[in-house]
Amino acid sequence: MNKKNNPVINTDKCKGCELCVSECPVEIIAISDEINIMGYHPAYITDSTKCTGCIKCAISCPDAVITVYREE
Amino acid sequence: MNKKILMKGNEALAEAAIRAGCRYYFGYPITPQNEVPAYMSKRLPEVNGVFVQAESELASINMIFGAGACGARCMTSSSSPGISLMQEGISYISGAETPAVIVNMMRGGPGLGNIAPSQGDYFQAVKGGGHGDYKIIVFAPASAQEIVNFTVLAFDLTIKYRIPVMILGDGLLGQMTEPVVLPEMKEIQDDINWSICRGQDQVIIRSLYLVPENQLELHNLHLQKKYRSIEKDLNKYYEQYNANDCDYLIFAYGTTARVCKAAIDRLQKENIKIGLFRPISLWPFPKEEIISISSKIKKAFVFEMAQAQFEEDIRLSFEGKKEIKGFYKLGGAIFNDDEIYELIKKNI
Amino acid sequence: MITGKILYKRPKTLKDVNMSYCPGCSHSLMNKILCEIIDEFDIQKKTVVIAPVGCAVLLYDYIDCDSVEAAHGRAPAIATGIKRVNPDNIVISYQGDGDLLSIGMAETIHTANRGENITVVFMNNAVYGMTGGQMAPTTLVGQITKTTPSGRNPENEGYPIRACELINTLEAPYFIARCKVTNSKSIMQTKKILKKAIGYQINKKGYSFIEILSNCPTNWGMKPKDSNKWIQEVMSKYYPVKIFRDKGEA
Repeated sequence: MNKKNNPVINTDKCKGCELCVSECPVEIIAISDEINIMGYHPAYITDSTKCTGCIKCAISCPDAVITVYREE
Repeated sequence: MNKKILMKGNEALAEAAIRAGCRYYFGYPITPQNEVPAYMSKRLPEVNGVFVQAESELASINMIFGAGACGARCMTSSSSPGISLMQEGISYISGAETPAVIVNMMRGGPGLGNIAPSQGDYFQAVKGGGHGDYKIIVFAPASAQEIVNFTVLAFDLTIKYRIPVMILGDGLLGQMTEPVVLPEMKEIQDDINWSICRGQDQVIIRSLYLVPENQLELHNLHLQKKYRSIEKDLNKYYEQYNANDCDYLIFAYGTTARVCKAAIDRLQKENIKIGLFRPISLWPFPKEEIISISSKIKKAFVFEMAQAQFEEDIRLSFEGKKEIKGFYKLGGAIFNDDEIYELIKKNI
Repeated sequence: MITGKILYKRPKTLKDVNMSYCPGCSHSLMNKILCEIIDEFDIQKKTVVIAPVGCAVLLYDYIDCDSVEAAHGRAPAIATGIKRVNPDNIVISYQGDGDLLSIGMAETIHTANRGENITVVFMNNAVYGMTGGQMAPTTLVGQITKTTPSGRNPENEGYPIRACELINTLEAPYFIARCKVTNSKSIMQTKKILKKAIGYQINKKGYSFIEILSNCPTNWGMKPKDSNKWIQEVMSKYYPVKIFRDKGEA
């Protein structure tokens, strides 16, 4: 049985570069309409239940604002 | 006590540096100081030191910056055109406050000039030759023995104050062979708590200060405070030769001062009351002593192998209170004592 | 509070601050990758990064290691001075294209030629970023910059310089590679290569030169994603991504 993965984006520190969006194989990352404290539209997770824990989003995030957890 | 040996100025300088704990030398060949790197390349490996012939003076001074950032006793040497190239690095080192001993055996300029002795780099050395507000300590020895003594002192001061120290000689001093007494080899363990590579929390060696807005101003104020305290500490490096009870006083430094002494000896035999004041540290400039002595004389003479560069600092010290007459040799030409004798006779 | 096994987290050597690089910039990414490698080797306390003039001048504000800030082009000379004094420390010279191939060409070549046991990370983004998008030595023919408004013209500006190929003519370098960081796969490959280079330095093998084809979304006038696409489709045609030399594998 698959363990649940939990990708967490630190939206305050996301610069909205969108590079994670195209990396996600299950297309669960989108760009928010909201503006964060730095004035960027940050990325957010639309449906974490679908996350495969591939960490491609975190690897490609230039600002290291994505942490990915796996349920133990 | 070590015995006297005969050594060329440049070689005496190199050996003195090693005995003062210098283990890192980076330099690029240029006449008339090539004996320094040649000596270092042979000698440093014998004391587990490092010699690197750099690709340029720009590289040399930045290797010195790197070594100095580690708190190491390090040195580079060059002559006028090469020292011009180093000005960028000297400014950075001054801003970043790392140690460096820099030797300039001056030659004729401007441009490629020639390889004859000159004092044309005075302004560059003492007024801060690169960009920004900074000072370096400048010693102008006048003999091989003084080259040795002030090279040793230079290393102690550069570590103590984290400021570049320059030995400002000329082609003649570097090439001249004279008896010297060398100091014992020092085993140095500098107690340094600010350098990189000590395995501590992050140390940043920098000269860039962007934020907050006044950070660079504060850094400059800190540097100036340091310079003022160095001026206070290092006010004793000058020589007075028959300077008491004089009507006339010659101001000269380095090679030129030596020639002046011979002329003074002759003039005194004719009962002309003339002496010499020779600053050895050009920065800090022994201004207080010059002010005090200037009140006691009728007239001052300045001799230098440059166009009124050193004279300008004498004039600033005199504040227009006494007459000053300057004589200059340019483009690598040297005074001889007959000439100085005649010039004084004509002008007193 | 989120718990569980951490699959990916920000490396500890990367300070918890906002890097001042633009969104999507390869500099941010490579600062992060460097920190990951430093953490993996556990060499934070013995690593020195040389901060260059350019966008990465504040490198030390992000990477929590000892650092010396270099004058433009002089990073390898400073790295040489440090390494010669402290051969057991890990010295990384991080430089951009103007720094490394224009004003610092002499230092670049001679440091490589001496085989200094350092790692050079060369960020090639074909443009001067910090000063606002002027021509770099690596600007492609026809590429429009602030100082080549009609595109780089070889008759006036010469051709873009290939750094790895140039350094590959020298005897001393131990490891020379060109990489890209345009997607997670190439980022992983690049990390592997850079980790190998730093491993070589740890084992005192000698000089490594790692070029990273980098983006500059701001000065290229592209979205980050499109800038990475441009590296894939245009830049890497002129600058082939490959390992030029690996004496460790020879």
